[in-house]
Amino acid sequence: MSDSELPAELPRAGRPVYLNLLAIRQPVPAIVSILHRVSGALLFLVGIPLLLWAVQQSLASPEAWAALRASLAHPLAKLLLLGLVWAYLHHFCAGIRYLLLDLHIGTELTPLRQSSYAVLIVSLALTAVVGARLW
Amino acid sequence: MVARIIVGAHYGWKDWLAQRATAVVMALYTLLLLGIALYEGGIDYATWTGLFAHPAFRIATLLFGLALLWHAWIGMRDIWMDYVKPAGLRLTIEAATVLILVAYLAWLVEVLWGPGR
Repeated sequence: MSDSELPAELPRAGRPVYLNLLAIRQPVPAIVSILHRVSGALLFLVGIPLLLWAVQQSLASPEAWAALRASLAHPLAKLLLLGLVWAYLHHFCAGIRYLLLDLHIGTELTPLRQSSYAVLIVSLALTAVVGARLW
Repeated sequence: MVARIIVGAHYGWKDWLAQRATAVVMALYTLLLLGIALYEGGIDYATWTGLFAHPAFRIATLLFGLALLWHAWIGMRDIWMDYVKPAGLRLTIEAATVLILVAYLAWLVEVLWGPGR
């Protein structure tokens, strides 16, 4: 950045410096971005070990397969599963969006907002589809 | 005149690229699994174990696992770098993250090729 791009006074006198993230109204792309982080962390901490455990159980024996199905039928297990399914789908959809942005597709402000809404809606809709199959 | 780089570790662009390459690998594996499920019209115990009996599917699953661990390392490290400022604490958490990821990998290998298989 050259000096000419810097404002003369930083910050302008009397202006509030607002860096409280909870007090700033976040634009939709920012919400998608933070949810990308949250869902990623959730998948790392809960999703991977649960997936490994479930695959291990599912392959062990027909009885273990049936037992796994029975334990996943519990409402709390379904809720947890649904949360993780959402995390995976949101992370997936937001990731596809980032890959498209890297290819310089949809980098104008309006498409950026539209694709952010699309990520939120599509991942929730797909989660609902999975949920409908679960229940 | 010798070109000298005096700032930065320069691993950023490699991680940026790795994050995208691993993402594509995982997306392809996800679509493969979805395609198999749709083709079979649902997955029961016999189809599921039959799938894992194929060496090619086990290897594809290991590739997915490796991509996932690499991806998770870059992502989690970025999160720790952004939010955990004290260097000692961050180093401890990052080391724990590496240990957890390697343990996940060992677990996956156990599931795919362990004595239970």
